[in-house]
Amino acid sequence: MVKLSRGERIFEFFNYAFLILLAVIFILPLLNVLVNSFISEAEYARRGNFILIPEQPVLSAYQFLLGRGSVVVNAYFITLFRVSVGTALNLLFTASLAYVLARRDLPGRTLLTLFVFITMVFSGGLIPTFILVDTLGLIDSPWVLIIPGLINPWFMLIMRNFFMALPQELEEAAIVDGAGPATILFRIVLPLSLPSIATIGLFYAVAHWNAWFDAAIYLKDIHRMPVQVILRSILQQALMNDPEAFINIQVMPPTVAIQSAMVVISTVPILVVYPFLQKYFVKGALVGSIKG
Amino acid sequence: MTANIVNDAPLLGERPWSADHLRARRSILRDVWKNRFYYFLALPGLLYFLVFHYLPMFGIVVAFKDITPFSGLDGILHEPFVGFYHFERFFKSYYFTNVMTNTLVISGLKLLIGFPTPIILALLINEVRIIWFKRTFQTISYMPHFLSWVVIAGLVMSLLTTQGGLVNKLVVALGGQTHNFLGDPRYFRVILVLSHLWANIGWGTILYLAAMAGISPELYEAAMIDGANRFQQARHITLPGITFVIVILLIFAIGGLLNAGFEQILLLYSPPVYQVADIIDTYVYRSGLLGMQYSFATAVGLFKAILAMMLLLGANWVARRLGQTGIW
Repeated sequence: MVKLSRGERIFEFFNYAFLILLAVIFILPLLNVLVNSFISEAEYARRGNFILIPEQPVLSAYQFLLGRGSVVVNAYFITLFRVSVGTALNLLFTASLAYVLARRDLPGRTLLTLFVFITMVFSGGLIPTFILVDTLGLIDSPWVLIIPGLINPWFMLIMRNFFMALPQELEEAAIVDGAGPATILFRIVLPLSLPSIATIGLFYAVAHWNAWFDAAIYLKDIHRMPVQVILRSILQQALMNDPEAFINIQVMPPTVAIQSAMVVISTVPILVVYPFLQKYFVKGALVGSIKG
Repeated sequence: MTANIVNDAPLLGERPWSADHLRARRSILRDVWKNRFYYFLALPGLLYFLVFHYLPMFGIVVAFKDITPFSGLDGILHEPFVGFYHFERFFKSYYFTNVMTNTLVISGLKLLIGFPTPIILALLINEVRIIWFKRTFQTISYMPHFLSWVVIAGLVMSLLTTQGGLVNKLVVALGGQTHNFLGDPRYFRVILVLSHLWANIGWGTILYLAAMAGISPELYEAAMIDGANRFQQARHITLPGITFVIVILLIFAIGGLLNAGFEQILLLYSPPVYQVADIIDTYVYRSGLLGMQYSFATAVGLFKAILAMMLLLGANWVARRLGQTGIW
């Protein structure tokens, strides 16, 4: 162990203290909603919003939100559909295009790449896209959450770089052995790039879970809305007295508790899964920054 | 990449009728046929870009006509052109200076505060030598990046609410009065910058930390032998070691200057703070989708898209001039 000078020891102390304070600042708002979600009407009236430990935690907010006939449960299934089917289709379309654009000897490859590249620097904008989605009859369809964002051009280029980094000798050897393009793709390229594809899949999945704006503008029917849209409505104090959304109960939990519980319900899955997948996300962020 | 486009058309010889040309043409057709599997594989993806990215690009004709939600496809195709009428209306309106100022001020503030802080934080994390502490801190600090803006906006509202929110409780405890911070134009931009910082500072350290991990330990050993303390090492080894990452990220942060944080603002703002919060994107959304002025909103959006494209291409050009590869 290197001996520290006095100045360095003081720095060490303040550095750890500062980072601990920062960590508290990151966690505190989440802790705040977690605690508030268990609060009862009586205690809220007495002690207000920010309480570190509720005296009598109650589950009434969760019972209200997840109870029979609740729109939240339905929204959860829609979000699950969006995340699973959406990510699968994202990967299928992204990987096929990326694989083709990764072929160095393909005639017209540069033009095709340019075709994608142009969409990264210029777009028609919100209104023309909305008119298109409307004209295609996708409004209020579950597919509207998936199809308009089928390929993220950034992810596609990152994946293309993965494929281009594979050793070319593998393919040449396979050709010598008489393998056709499909065999090469399914037997060699895909198994070898599975970790990279999974990383991109994680980014797509998180984006689907968190997406709000597209669902908010394209969906009108409350029974087709994913979790984020329902969460937003509840945060705006709408929906709670809507008989279409929730079956009436006699004693309503405090609004704060309902709102907080809804934040918890929509956040917990990500927070539970994230620490285990952190290293893949970090890897993805780094690979994404390597220029192609 | 763009430089290669020229090389892609080597077949246009000087005498297109020559035998050489015909032979070359036949061979490229053979090449294309040989690769038919790959073109077929790319077809769905290309079709997607054609429909969902190129069709809206042609949809900008809407900006030069008078289109309402009831015009339909027929209206978009057959309505007469009105020239730059909607652009002129935007440039002459009060909103032009308002949304331009807000976009640039909010974006500029986020850059000014949100850009250097992850560098400083990365330097501090880099000085931590207790591995489990470092790992735990990183896990915690990356976490907000995985929350949606709806959730973050919910957290902000919950902290700032006048009905017993933490911030107002503190203000009252310190002898102040309960105040609706989210509805006050004096505080709104501060809230935007701080919540942006909370969401992004941790994740923003990743590239710097990776660059720091790539610095050769020998440099530090040599510096220690020369008697350099840790501040001097950070100043003369670590910081120069990540300058390259800093420059590139700065250039592209400037390239994205017109994106001031659409979802964040849309989820947090309200009419009392429009004067300080309304950016180009939120204005397009309100005038277009809520106000049903399709043509006007498309014109405003097009104005932004062109400016943003020039900024981004300019940023890439600068990055290339500096000897970096650029993003493309």
